[in-house]
Amino acid sequence: MDMKAATMILLAAILIPGIIVKVKALTSGRKGPGLLQPMLDILRLLRKGSVYSTTSSIATQIAPTVYFISVFTALWLVPMGDEASFIHFSGDILVFTYMLGLGKFFLILNALDAGSGFEGMGANREAFYSLLAEPALLMLLGTFSMMTSYDSFSLIFAHWDLATGSSLVLAALAAYLLLQLSLIENSRLPVDDPKTHLELTMVHEVMVLDNSGFDLGIIQFANALKFGIFSALIANFLAPDREGVWEMILFGGIMLCYAVVVGLLESFRARFKMEKNPQFILTLTSVAALTFIVALIITNKLL
Amino acid sequence: MNMNQTILLAEIISALSLLIFIVPKQWKQPTALALSLSLSTITTGWAWSVFHTGDVLSGNLSATFWFYHSAMRVDSLSALFLLIVNFGSLTSILFSRGYLKPYLSVKSNHEFSLHYFWLFWLQTAMTLVVTLHEGLPFLVAWEIMSIASFMLVIFESEKKEILQTGIYYIIQMHVALFFVLAGFTLVEAKTGISGFDGLVVYFRDNPSIIMFLLFFAGFGIKAGFIPLHSWLPHAHPAAPSHVSGLMSGTMIKMGIYGIMRVVICLQHDLLQIGTIVLLLSLISSVFGVFFAIFQHDLKKMLAFHSIENIGIIGIGIGTGIIGRSLNHPTIVWLGFAGALLHVVNHSLFKSLLFYCAGSIYNQCHTRDLNRLGGLYKSMPRTGVLFALASIAICGLPPLNGFISEFFIYWSFFKGLGTGINTSLLFLGGILGLAVTGGLAVFCFTKAFGIIFLGNARSDSSAHAKEVPTAMLFPQWLIAIIILVIGFAPLAVLPVIKAPIPLLAASGLSVPDLVPIEHTLLMLTLAMGIAVVSFILLWMVRRHQQARHILRAGPTWGCGYTAGDSTHQYSATTFADSLHGIAPALSGVKTQYKPVHKEDIFPREVRQYTTHQEDQLEKILILQPANWFNKLMEKFVVLRSGKIQHYILYGLGFILLAALLTTLEWI
Repeated sequence: MDMKAATMILLAAILIPGIIVKVKALTSGRKGPGLLQPMLDILRLLRKGSVYSTTSSIATQIAPTVYFISVFTALWLVPMGDEASFIHFSGDILVFTYMLGLGKFFLILNALDAGSGFEGMGANREAFYSLLAEPALLMLLGTFSMMTSYDSFSLIFAHWDLATGSSLVLAALAAYLLLQLSLIENSRLPVDDPKTHLELTMVHEVMVLDNSGFDLGIIQFANALKFGIFSALIANFLAPDREGVWEMILFGGIMLCYAVVVGLLESFRARFKMEKNPQFILTLTSVAALTFIVALIITNKLL
Repeated sequence: MNMNQTILLAEIISALSLLIFIVPKQWKQPTALALSLSLSTITTGWAWSVFHTGDVLSGNLSATFWFYHSAMRVDSLSALFLLIVNFGSLTSILFSRGYLKPYLSVKSNHEFSLHYFWLFWLQTAMTLVVTLHEGLPFLVAWEIMSIASFMLVIFESEKKEILQTGIYYIIQMHVALFFVLAGFTLVEAKTGISGFDGLVVYFRDNPSIIMFLLFFAGFGIKAGFIPLHSWLPHAHPAAPSHVSGLMSGTMIKMGIYGIMRVVICLQHDLLQIGTIVLLLSLISSVFGVFFAIFQHDLKKMLAFHSIENIGIIGIGIGTGIIGRSLNHPTIVWLGFAGALLHVVNHSLFKSLLFYCAGSIYNQCHTRDLNRLGGLYKSMPRTGVLFALASIAICGLPPLNGFISEFFIYWSFFKGLGTGINTSLLFLGGILGLAVTGGLAVFCFTKAFGIIFLGNARSDSSAHAKEVPTAMLFPQWLIAIIILVIGFAPLAVLPVIKAPIPLLAASGLSVPDLVPIEHTLLMLTLAMGIAVVSFILLWMVRRHQQARHILRAGPTWGCGYTAGDSTHQYSATTFADSLHGIAPALSGVKTQYKPVHKEDIFPREVRQYTTHQEDQLEKILILQPANWFNKLMEKFVVLRSGKIQHYILYGLGFILLAALLTTLEWI
């Protein structure tokens, strides 16, 4: 049992939202807030009282906590290169995917609980996009499970090496897919814009309109953790094998690069029209299928 | 007591079911319950003995109560299904007391007698189906099962459409019976051995695919595989909820049982058969849940989910068969384990969902999702049970549905890399299962959100009250087992793994179970961590909230606070985004009066209604049936009504037959 990976993810989760905001500010010619500002905002939320809708019932009460816990549990399954994750067992990649699904299930209920048309819309969109995105993630995990013939994150990444050119291609494809999936998962551009002020165009933000105080704080922290988790997965694919401190530095570097890339993407990319989103997400599924075919070719099963 | 004595005892109990006709009205349910409990005790005893000793029990039905001296055999597969039958029947009878209470004053004594008599006999028939293995007795039991369920479906037979649905159902069941009968007859003609024993010999010496498909069609109609599914969405809403729960949770599993029995006999053409089963099951699971999303009728929606779950069970079976063809013990084990566990799981959460639907109908007198809403505040216990079952059916951790889907996914992951064709097939499986899971989450967040959260959408749901404990008790029983399987899958592993060697056939070695058991243990650990951290965070939250001001206010309405319940998302609007990407498949038809330019201030109240047509039923059943009817109308000329003509037809037929025989053409 190793806490290194989890510590790295926690650190990344604290920094990534700040870096994204900073990069976006710099590219648009502003100075921007400090790197820790998003976390300070969350801390302030955690110290505040709450307002609950008179319509709401138990879902609003427990959903934020369940959402946080689902992401928090998934966090312990992600390794760091050769360093195994805190819990690892054959098949943990499925627990990872489905734990995130559980969180989403409750967040959707949380949105429907307030009895508002806006939040229903957000819930609907979130459910719809995540159902479209899930196959891509599972197919990607399946591909790498096949490549390494293991089905646990820790073992897959321990046996994943970037020695050959063909595995570089695969790693690049995987990194691209995970980057896009993380943007969908966290409701960022181009699928959703966290900065929008119009309820009708929101996806994630509109779902938590009636959450406040502590609950809102943990929801936002869970989102930051998701960034950390996805950046760690990407780093696992891209980081070459190194020992000791070098590994930590490489990992941290890639995770921070991820944040910069997200910031740049958000600065220069416009959001899609709502009806374009399903197409975009389904394209990712086909990229995942393509990755699988590439993997088949590499392992000499095809051709 | 030996087997034959216990069988005799079970027969006496079944004969005592006539008592239901004699006792007063309010005593019929307790009588049925007592009978069912006694029968369950005996058959659970059989199952216990099989699991405990690992031996196969065999005995004979005594001729006293049976026209035919037929052999009974209880092996581990029968034992597993016996447990499901017993538990499902008991909870159904328990739940029926509260559910049928409003009918006590409406329905006559005889109607109640018939209902409980057949409710008990449905259990008896299912017990017989899973223990008899010779052709004719099996079919007789199968037929009793169909008749019993038909009688239960038409409980409210004074409503014309319910009677019609019942007839539609019984016709489809007889089509199913025909396929199975044809299968057994052909096998007996070829091998001289009746029933499943003959099938082993048949599959050894003959090509298997056609014969397998014949049985698959027969058993598949009962189970509800697409395209044989069309009776489910009709029959389940028509039946009383405890009957829907029993039929959907338990009875359709008899189709799965039949398919598994045939799979045991299979020896050749495994790859082709496995592929067919896997593909049909993938179609069933994806389309089952896809159609479910467009339903407004709660029970119809659940019926489509049964199709989905039968699909998931079939995916496990198909994977197991393919694994057998690849000689890969781990894939076989995981595939069949997933299928068997999902049979158990589905029997639990689906009956729970139907009982919840019954409680809702009992209070709100409607099953229309668009007329429900905000029920959590008035029916919190039913709400918690429904939420639990929803999470389980979506296959989300930490409940039982996750464990069975985990096994099936796992078998796919093991199968990737076995060869180009099977790899692609298994990748398709992952894709299909992932889409199914996502759609299920979509559907059940919708169902729970629309029914239990937000504001009431009609008066009927505004005045609901929690149902009495008598109705909740069987539901809590189911919930406990759902939790146990979810959190401690190792506890049920002995029961699940017992039938796998049968299904895997003798040639295959049992895989090393240590890594699988290790994973299940780790699953429990992961769930434990999740639960403990949930409790800790919850305590922190309570501590935090105790020190800060909590207020209640109206829902954020973007400045508009005069909102009413019609502003909420409804079942129709929730499904609309999915309809948007597949309008041709969804079959949703809308009816409304469009707003014209001159209607800037429309005065009249406009209605916007949608309904969904089952496209597959239309293409596969209704259109061919119409076409056939039209064809048959052409022959109406022959029906002249004159006896001379009919004698002429007879004579013509005899002459033709004589001619053909002399020419030795037939």
